[in-house]
Amino acid sequence: MLTISSVSKTFFAGTVNERRALRGVDLHLAEGDFVTVIGSNGAGKSTVLNIVSGDLFPDEGTVTIDGRDVTKLQDHQRAAFVGRVFQDPMAGTAPHLTIEENMAIADRRGRPRRLATGVTRSKRSRFADELATLELGLENRLKAKVGLLSGGQRQALSLLMATFSDPKILLLDEHTAALDPQRADLVTRLTRQVVEDKGLTTLMVTHNMEQALRVGNRLIMMHEGQIILDLTEEEKRGRTVKDLLGEFEKIKGATIDDKTLLQ
Amino acid sequence: MTTAIELGLIYAIMALGVYLTFRILDFPDLTVDGSFTTGAAVAAISITNGINPIMAILMAFVAGLIAGVITGLLNTKGRINGLLAGILTQIGLYSINLRIMGKANVPLLGEDTAITPLREAGVLGGPVGIAAFTLLAVVLALVLVWFLHTDTGLAMQATGDNEKMIRSFGVNTDNQKILGLALSNGLVGMCGAVIAQYQGFADIGMGIGLILAGLASVIIGQAIFGQRTILIAALAVVVGSVLYRVVIQLSLEVGLNPNDMKLVSAILVILALVVPQLPFFKRRRRTRVRKGEPDAVLETPGAPALATGAPGTGSFTGAATTTTEQGDR
Ligand SMILES: Nc1ncnc2c1ncn2[C@@H]1O[C@H](COP(=O)(O)OP(=O)(O)O)[C@@H](O)[C@H]1O
Ligand SMILES: [Mg+2]
Repeated sequence: MLTISSVSKTFFAGTVNERRALRGVDLHLAEGDFVTVIGSNGAGKSTVLNIVSGDLFPDEGTVTIDGRDVTKLQDHQRAAFVGRVFQDPMAGTAPHLTIEENMAIADRRGRPRRLATGVTRSKRSRFADELATLELGLENRLKAKVGLLSGGQRQALSLLMATFSDPKILLLDEHTAALDPQRADLVTRLTRQVVEDKGLTTLMVTHNMEQALRVGNRLIMMHEGQIILDLTEEEKRGRTVKDLLGEFEKIKGATIDDKTLLQ
Repeated sequence: MTTAIELGLIYAIMALGVYLTFRILDFPDLTVDGSFTTGAAVAAISITNGINPIMAILMAFVAGLIAGVITGLLNTKGRINGLLAGILTQIGLYSINLRIMGKANVPLLGEDTAITPLREAGVLGGPVGIAAFTLLAVVLALVLVWFLHTDTGLAMQATGDNEKMIRSFGVNTDNQKILGLALSNGLVGMCGAVIAQYQGFADIGMGIGLILAGLASVIIGQAIFGQRTILIAALAVVVGSVLYRVVIQLSLEVGLNPNDMKLVSAILVILALVVPQLPFFKRRRRTRVRKGEPDAVLETPGAPALATGAPGTGSFTGAATTTTEQGDR
């Protein structure tokens, strides 16, 4: 469903600030894969997601979604295939528009927008049904401006908006990191539920190793712009956070050794 | 005074255009000063050449539309700062407007204009005249409100509200900005055409400083009536435009001369931008929020957007943070 081949990305190339964010990343997701992504700060996790969404273009390599090479498509041109939830709960919704207007915008993802009324009575009842699945009572506040919702409510709404028009790929970038633990749990639960129900092919970056082990059917670990560990569902099972940390130290050590050998 | 009200109602067409760019797209567009005169010039020349005056208004709309597209292209494709893009178009239009008119002033005396029937019926400056212009302004406001609630209109609103979000739902925000600037300046051009017919001439200097009248109308109207919904906000702009003309009229009556009016406009806009930031008003707004009128938070006059010189950041993030705390209760 998603193939990333030999993707490299360097920021500020050729200057003193040069940052090699990705070094030849290869990744393939089969349809319905739910992959959690972990790694230290600056490992390149967000850059991978931004390259899939079209926010960033790779220096080298290609991105293929559902057999279609989208490497050169801009972010809004890929939006028909890609649903996203950002880390910042404010980023995924329009605060001055109402809940139903935000839903209507999400409802047109990947379809032409013309002069038909955005929110009709039939759409409104469909939106209410969708919102009811969040169990936050938002279905009774369709005409409330989204800016009035709490961070957790906005993130739950963003998740619904990103998923209810069935994207081919769902990208989640630490989308629970800005929430308090209780609301983070809620959004995580909603995420598992919707990904499972719809069988969405998903890449989820998380800072929480425990969650990364618990959620999804595959786990990858990134470090310095490379994927250094790729665990299948079976390999994941039975491992603990401690195992992951050990694995990380081992691989990091190895790469450092490699470098010293090469010098 | 009735003349001031009539003028306010006609200028409301322009103010609605300014509302579309300044509030909806969060784009302070200075094209207005040029495109207004372009509309007036196109209409005046068309009418003196025997074209139907209603047709002349539509042609002025199209001329304004084109001016808006140019500013939009400069900003999105040319990556020129929005304020500068507007100024460039505005200044370029000065020469074009002179070309269209052939001279600095085109009189319409003795020509049949769209206003002639009203004038001949003797209703100008009376209740019927005011009713006619109210109808025009309100119908256009309602058309704008309708548009903003279509799929395209919602995408345009979101473009000014959260660009990253609307792109992630597949909208080309460049196109939305170009379309919004086009429609806005179309309205402005149309307004120029009606004003030229109302006052009986088009003049090369008639648009100078007009953006201030537009901004003042938007800010004054919404400071009084708020912008809880698009409908309220758009009708507030119409009322704001009338109030603005009344204030100008009053300043004339207390003895200021017409050349002082630019300064009066500038001071009005400065007051409208600065006063809501004063501690007294801030405190009042916060109290309203605590009392459970949540919408007040979002009503924070977008004025600081211009005041801080960083459109869309100041007021917008401010509102967002306050509301988070608030919504959790
Ligand atoms: N837009 C950008 N401009 C410059 N450098 C960037 C940009 N985005 C990411 N980087 C750099 O690329 C590296 C990888 O960043 P990122 O993908 O955000 O890491 P992660 O999400 O794993 O924490 C970091 O060194 C970061 O500073
Ligand atoms: Mg990141």
